[in-house]
Amino acid sequence: MSQITLSNLAHSYFPNPKGEADFALKEMDHVWQDGGAYALLGASGCGKTTLLNIISGLVRPSQGRVLFGDRDVTDAATTERNIAQVFQFPVVYDTMTVRDNLAFPLRNRGMDPAYIAKRVDQIARMIGMEDILNRKARGLTADAKQKISLGRGMVREDVNAILFDEPLTVIDPHMKWELRTQLKSLHREFGHTMIYVTHDQTEALTFADKVVVMHEGRVVQMGTPEELFETPEHTFVGYFIGSPGMNLLDAEILGSEARLAGATVPLEAGYAPVNGRSQIGVRPEYVQISDQGLPVTIRRVEDVGRHRIVRAEFCGQPLSAILPEGTDLPATDARVTFATGKINVYANDWRVQPMGA
Amino acid sequence: MDKTQNNKAWFLVLPVLVLVAFSAILPLMTVVNYSVNDTFGQNEFFWEGLGWFEDMVTSDRLHDALGRQILFSLIILAIEVPLGIFIALNMPKGGFWASLVLILISLPLLIPFNVVGTIWQIFGRVDIGLLGHTLAAMGIDYNYTNDPLDAWITVVIMDVWHWTSLVALLCYAGLQSIPQAYYQAARIDQATRWSVFRYIELPKMKGVLLIAVLLRFMDSFMIYTEPFVVTGGGPGNSTTFLSIDLAKMATGQFDLGPAAAFSLMYFLVILLISWVFYTVMTNLDREENR
Repeated sequence: MSQITLSNLAHSYFPNPKGEADFALKEMDHVWQDGGAYALLGASGCGKTTLLNIISGLVRPSQGRVLFGDRDVTDAATTERNIAQVFQFPVVYDTMTVRDNLAFPLRNRGMDPAYIAKRVDQIARMIGMEDILNRKARGLTADAKQKISLGRGMVREDVNAILFDEPLTVIDPHMKWELRTQLKSLHREFGHTMIYVTHDQTEALTFADKVVVMHEGRVVQMGTPEELFETPEHTFVGYFIGSPGMNLLDAEILGSEARLAGATVPLEAGYAPVNGRSQIGVRPEYVQISDQGLPVTIRRVEDVGRHRIVRAEFCGQPLSAILPEGTDLPATDARVTFATGKINVYANDWRVQPMGA
Repeated sequence: MDKTQNNKAWFLVLPVLVLVAFSAILPLMTVVNYSVNDTFGQNEFFWEGLGWFEDMVTSDRLHDALGRQILFSLIILAIEVPLGIFIALNMPKGGFWASLVLILISLPLLIPFNVVGTIWQIFGRVDIGLLGHTLAAMGIDYNYTNDPLDAWITVVIMDVWHWTSLVALLCYAGLQSIPQAYYQAARIDQATRWSVFRYIELPKMKGVLLIAVLLRFMDSFMIYTEPFVVTGGGPGNSTTFLSIDLAKMATGQFDLGPAAAFSLMYFLVILLISWVFYTVMTNLDREENR
């Protein structure tokens, strides 16, 4: 087990990348702490799997270095890295029994047979397959096969990290929840570094201590779920996390005020003059309907049980608000205010720090 | 779903039956006719009963030819199957080189049998052949026309040259169907090269490999043209395989009765072996789908 450092890393699938657009992964520097549970979150095609494959050595990065602890493993083969990876779709060795499948990585490392038997039983219990250990893996269902793949990923105790590439895609929802809980408890028990790739924010937020959000080949934010919620570093984080996502409104930032189409919204702190496209971002949770503030037109109200989602519009820009059940909505002349201290300012999609922060 | 009962549908099979009757069953029946009669031509037949069959079953000549035939088939299978797998494993997986190698490797398969025989007949000649002359110049005593071992080696190498490509191509197709994720998982699991072959590649190739073995077995068991052109079955009878022997008997000696009995038994042996293969293959499929 060791800390994983990505230094100056970038990757392109083209042999001679012309510009930034040719890079599947843009240049990045990141440290993954030993024993951390990370979720790698992002839309499809944003480079999550590429990043994972670079860490496991299946793909060699076009530039930069990968370090496990102090050891440079950029050119080390996957087998030398002692890393576990579970793929999106099940990979089992058809001709082997479930038991042999689980034992395979241990046997390849030449472990003691008594230890292998014990460890395989332990893992089989964890994935709930102890009664079909002697069956051939070939005839099993897709989710049983995926459980075997997960088991094979977790069977080695001394791995540097376990990488999960959307492992629960083929598993039914009930089992999904159970396996995720087991992964979590496994993490607590053994303290492996785990990196879990997903495009499902619930999955990411429940699994991980730290969530890494990727967008167009770039890590846009690495933080706790709370940080991602309160202070998204990039507008993509703002609208990808949360349901509905963060409201973004074009605004002119003047010191400690934001001007939006004639209206003025006070900010809690002063900002240096902002270049480029400037916006303010407010979570729907922090939008209140009142008789003063910005005039909005209410388009639709969705009742989702414990709260209501109000879909409104301010000067042609969509604006959502989450209101507790039972809040009265004005029939006409609705206005909204924002909770103080919950407004983030963005310039060209990146968050701007207030002065003095 | 309820099936509609309509026995008139059997008439739809009639054209096929008529066609097969004319192309296969009737000719075969004439062979059956020859096998139970003695004839000296002029369409005169004398009833022999199962006499020719008894003669053939106890014939040393047929036993020897069958022995040589089985030995030949086993040798070429033992060489061509592993060699074909080895070639398939080492072929480029894609791009320009893959296409080039595929074309080169298919070339022997496109050459007519008697041309293959002629090529090797000349290639191996000590006086003008590149192979024979080179070996002679190196001081190796090689002459397929009067040394039975040399004749065997020549015929076996010729068959390997001609047909290994087929095994390689079939295996290559099997290998191409393995998703990349399997190789990646094997690397993650720190599998050795041998394990990758044993647990990933071989199971995926099993189906095509069985077909390759069946095809190669059948073809080699019926081999005629190539060894006939190269050695004519000699020296002596050392490379006289079943078909060559049969042709000698039927058209050389005009012993139509024994030859007909011989060919019927030959046919039954091939049918039996094909049936065994078929049973094994369908059982494997069933196991796979369970």
